[in-house]
Amino acid sequence: MKFDRRVKKKRRKKNILLSTILILLAVIFVIPIVFTICNSFMAETEIAANYGRIFDSIVGSGGSKYVSETVHLKFIPDAVSFKQYFTVLFNSPEYLLKFWNSVILVVPIVVFQLLVALLAAYGFARYRGRIREMIFFAYIILMLMPYQVTLVPNFLVSNWLGILNSNWAIWLPGIFSPFAVFLLTKCMRRIPSGIIEAAKIDGAGEWKIFTKVCLPLCKSAIASVCILLFIDYWNMVEQPLILLNDSDMHPLSVFLSKINNGEVGIAFAVATIYMIPTLLVFQYGEDYLVEGITYQGGMKG
Amino acid sequence: MTKKLKRVSGLFIAPSFMGVLTFFLVPFLVVLFYSVVDNPVNKEFVFLQNFKEVITNKAFSLAVVNTVKFSIISVPLVVALSLLVAFALDSNVVGKSKIRSCLLSPMMVPIASVILIWQVLFHYNGVVNEICSRFDVSQIDWLKSDKAELVIIILFVWKNLGYNMILFMAAISNIPKDLIEVARLESASKWLIFWTIKIRYLASTILFVTILSVINSFKVFREIYLMTGDYPYELYMLQHYMNNMFSSLNYQKLSAAAIMMSIVMIILVSLMFVIENFIGRDLEE
Repeated sequence: MKFDRRVKKKRRKKNILLSTILILLAVIFVIPIVFTICNSFMAETEIAANYGRIFDSIVGSGGSKYVSETVHLKFIPDAVSFKQYFTVLFNSPEYLLKFWNSVILVVPIVVFQLLVALLAAYGFARYRGRIREMIFFAYIILMLMPYQVTLVPNFLVSNWLGILNSNWAIWLPGIFSPFAVFLLTKCMRRIPSGIIEAAKIDGAGEWKIFTKVCLPLCKSAIASVCILLFIDYWNMVEQPLILLNDSDMHPLSVFLSKINNGEVGIAFAVATIYMIPTLLVFQYGEDYLVEGITYQGGMKG
Repeated sequence: MTKKLKRVSGLFIAPSFMGVLTFFLVPFLVVLFYSVVDNPVNKEFVFLQNFKEVITNKAFSLAVVNTVKFSIISVPLVVALSLLVAFALDSNVVGKSKIRSCLLSPMMVPIASVILIWQVLFHYNGVVNEICSRFDVSQIDWLKSDKAELVIIILFVWKNLGYNMILFMAAISNIPKDLIEVARLESASKWLIFWTIKIRYLASTILFVTILSVINSFKVFREIYLMTGDYPYELYMLQHYMNNMFSSLNYQKLSAAAIMMSIVMIILVSLMFVIENFIGRDLEE
């Protein structure tokens, strides 16, 4: 009895220690988000005072501004100010324009990649022949290729089709990117064949099996794919950098990185605005997100 | 019957396959062609000349060395850490799901905010140096010295840990509980259970996460580029080389480099398939 209690006590101690370490780790991990949001409510002068020594260009304008000797990681603003947001939303239309660029680039990719991929996934799941397995393997390799490699063929095709420097150069390779196909195929292969056979005996054609049986069963996988695609493309940098020469067409993700040095205060506000969609998605779709990631474990269907 | 099924289900694949063909596979053959000719206009066959030139190019070999060095350090680190955290979260800790959300949150942060905070932290006058100076450690110019790699490794771990952890957690929950129970009843030691059962069942996931991390480590260019520009100190990666080739529109060298990289990728993925097959067969017995 006594022994048992001692073991229990020891285990509890270990548990507390473990929890503390993990909580600490978790806090460190979210600091960047909290930091960005908090700093977006600081006035430009406060930002300058805090980080002036890092981003010296912001000090240059005023000349006699106070700049603190050291740099502090500051979370709570001295005075909450909405001025940065006001500037971003009402005074400089370029930010909103870039935000709109992001939306225009990302939404069609997510929607159409999903549509194309759902069809293909059904095809891959419904019948497994030798050639089809080979194509699927090619898809997997393509999916895992870094941009260093896939951007070269993309660039060439865009050049031939004359769509370089237009949104199509981003849309088309995005829509046919094999990522969603891979994930959805894995989901559809898990549907018990008995269900499909039953539908068939009841006289359902392939299209009907696809829309009435497979799609409803893959609902959560579809949600996961949407979320993963959205997060990935919302943060894209490489593709616009290489495929869109005209910086007016760049999405906010690329543009944000360029305002870093000029107007740090505004950068925080813009970054916060930019984060809102992904944070909302995360808030409401975390379980789907986790499920989507889990689906990727293991390569075979 | 099967023939009809084959045809009809093939139609479902058609749109996707046409797209992949036009945007990836066919141009890839062209890339292959470009890599063995002297230039896209002249089209004179030079076979491996371009490859030779790329390999002997100092910038390219520097980029390869840097990229490989980065992967060798960061990949085992991130795999081990995420496995550790996944095991820790698997035991009964307080606020499990909250911690999971927090660790997953770096996925959401736009790169620009990552860059902002990393600069505030690691700038010459930044927070980390400020803390260091309190302990009488002299200031280090993190981003412009050989420490830059360390900074990027921290960033890489921060960014990828959550994702890998989720994969491991799913795999851990798939370890058959009764097997562990039996082993415990047979009074197997904790270490024995850990190595012969847990790690055994996690092997394929560990492999998968490792290869995923290798691929992700190729992608770290984004952060490096935004933080340190076109020609960073000590961190000139493969994508820098490719980007600079793009801007000079040197098709044949670009193609040769892309082909070499894809060969490496194909080897990695095939390896993964082979090993997964091997391990999977072993476990189902």
